[in-house]
Amino acid sequence: MTDKLITANHLGDGLVVFLTAEGGWSYQLADARVIPDAELEDALRHAKAQHEAQIVVDPYEIEATVEAGVPVPVRLREKIRAAGGPTVTYGVAEIAERAALRSMQVE
Amino acid sequence: MYRYDEFDHEFVTARVAQFRDQVGRRVSGELTEDQFKPLRLMNGVYLQLHAYMLRVAVPYGTLNSAQMRMLAHVARKYDRGYGHFTTRQNIQFNWPKLSEIPDALAELASVEMHAIQTSGNCIRNVTADHFAGAAEDEVADPRPYAEILRQWSSLHPEFVFLPRKFKVAVTGAERDRAAIQVHDIGLHLKKDAAGRLGFAVYIGGGQGRTPMIAKKIRDFLPEEDLLSYSEAILRVYNLNGRRDNKYKARIKILVHETGADEISRQVEEEWERIRHGALKLPQGEVERIREYFAAPDTLQPLPPSPALAVERAKDPEFDAWVQRNTHPHRVPGHVSVTISLKPIGGTPGDATAEQMDLVADLAERLAFDEIRVSHEQNLILPHVAKSDLRAIYDELLVSGLATANAGLVTDIIACPGLDYCALANARSIPVAQRISQRFGDIARQRDIGDLKIKISGCINACGHHHVGHIGILGVEKKGEEFYQISLGGSGDENSSIGEIIGRGFSTDEIVDAVETLVDTYISRRETPDETFLAAYRRLGQAPFKEALYGTA
Ligand code: HEM
Ligand code: SF4
Repeated sequence: MTDKLITANHLGDGLVVFLTAEGGWSYQLADARVIPDAELEDALRHAKAQHEAQIVVDPYEIEATVEAGVPVPVRLREKIRAAGGPTVTYGVAEIAERAALRSMQVE
Repeated sequence: MYRYDEFDHEFVTARVAQFRDQVGRRVSGELTEDQFKPLRLMNGVYLQLHAYMLRVAVPYGTLNSAQMRMLAHVARKYDRGYGHFTTRQNIQFNWPKLSEIPDALAELASVEMHAIQTSGNCIRNVTADHFAGAAEDEVADPRPYAEILRQWSSLHPEFVFLPRKFKVAVTGAERDRAAIQVHDIGLHLKKDAAGRLGFAVYIGGGQGRTPMIAKKIRDFLPEEDLLSYSEAILRVYNLNGRRDNKYKARIKILVHETGADEISRQVEEEWERIRHGALKLPQGEVERIREYFAAPDTLQPLPPSPALAVERAKDPEFDAWVQRNTHPHRVPGHVSVTISLKPIGGTPGDATAEQMDLVADLAERLAFDEIRVSHEQNLILPHVAKSDLRAIYDELLVSGLATANAGLVTDIIACPGLDYCALANARSIPVAQRISQRFGDIARQRDIGDLKIKISGCINACGHHHVGHIGILGVEKKGEEFYQISLGGSGDENSSIGEIIGRGFSTDEIVDAVETLVDTYISRRETPDETFLAAYRRLGQAPFKEALYGTA
């Protein structure tokens, strides 16, 4: 059985957000409202209105399963979005990671 | 280097002010996303998976140290301390806040940079050979013509709403380092028998879901006719290009469906009408623009550097770097240096703000203040005295920028893929990193020799996979990432589109598959000098197919 979440990008900073139980938006996947099929239509209508109200951009539904009380998106694309960033390190952290890897190989 | 004139300056400043107003109205709720999207795309702003993305133009890939420092500053202040250099010689920032982008653009404008013509269905930033103005094998610097095309196209009212985006590339050497045959218009600058400058003109090349090699429609176009001929091409395209279907809207489809001979006839016919008109380039104008690009007077021939020979003999790592990452320069005693943005296991094309600053410093102190971005996602110092190579290498080494792999198997092109891109089907960066690690041993890389691996995360082909010697395309199959391999592609003067070798590979299998292909090449090559591409062209698919899938 899968449930649904509603996700979008925040208008101001572009970051990924999820519709919460209170009808607001959170950057945290854990705050996402898990929506049963029967309530999806209403929730989408609300989300669309939030798009119209210029709070978020292009909301849509995604499939998720609930694991240990926390929703987990089904598709890889949505898993990556929910993580809030790429699956690889970047910038200074990437350089540090590669340096650590090299020193392990040297030892 | 080209300097803005007053007009450019006002244009860019006005554009920033206009966009600031548009962003303000978007954030305050006056503009809907549908209204705003075309406006932000005209200013290089995309919405990706995680955030907005700002694409900043580096026209013909040329910039100076002040501009590179500004990119570092933007990376620090408006992003997360890094940027991604792209196959179109531009830079992308992955994390700007919408409300701050106008400030970033205003700062960029202070060093004559902008995001105009980096997106939308216009004539995009013209790209050029990254060794332009420096290469020994060059007939003339192609960048003045790229700039002339930019000035003509920037505000051209007739071509603001083309059926689709339009990409032009120019090279000034026989050896094509700008992949002109996979562009909408490819220009090869050359001399005719009388020594006059002109262009071989190619049209209808492109990648994306329908890759095509351009057709040559004219062997020699005198330089003064560049704009009238380009206008004739654009006009034929603008009138007849398909607007009914986005996937059929590029000029390559028009050329393919109409036939190169017929298109060529139509272009010549239109050109006859306009060639003696206002678009004819006055000789003085070409000279005037050429002067902006003239190398500094201090770039003078130097005697051979005995110190360099000593250093190379002493340090095999340095020697290998000089061998791989420098390119012959037209001025004796000099070379062009490739600064690899492909460290083993790194993200292809990424650079941190500190690295950008270092490159800016080196350029200012030791390389005549010039930097280039290559379409292979590396940085170039085009003018370097051989006697300065050791000093440059030592500083690059400290900053992790001295990987001696230009053109080798780990010099991989990869698009952002599913780690960043909203259109992606699969990730590109982790695949590039794992292949890079697998072949990390530099001795093995040297033994393999020239080999271009190019990876795209979807059929749009931003990672140029169609022209990779080994091309990798990410697809989604039953919710999993899958990778399709094509072999034999090439983006040089003998361009070809790679052929798909067979069924795709899972994330777990893809690196082994690439290694199998490389090992097959090694065991079948006639001599160590026969490159992967040459061996593939001689052998065909069969041995590679057999190695991957067995004989059954
Ligand atoms: C959010 C990021 C990006 C988006 C939305 C995007 C979108 C696209 C699309 C839709 C196409 C296909 C166009 C067509 O076939 O008509 C395309 C092609 C292309 N893009 Fe991107 N792209 C992105 C990032 C990049 C990056 C990072 C690079 C350079 C590394 C790049 C360089 C190219 C190139 C070279 C092509 C193919 C050449 C051609 O136009 O035929 N793009 N892109
Ligand atoms: S090839 Fe596809 S996945 Fe890669 S950047 Fe282009 S649009 Fe995105």
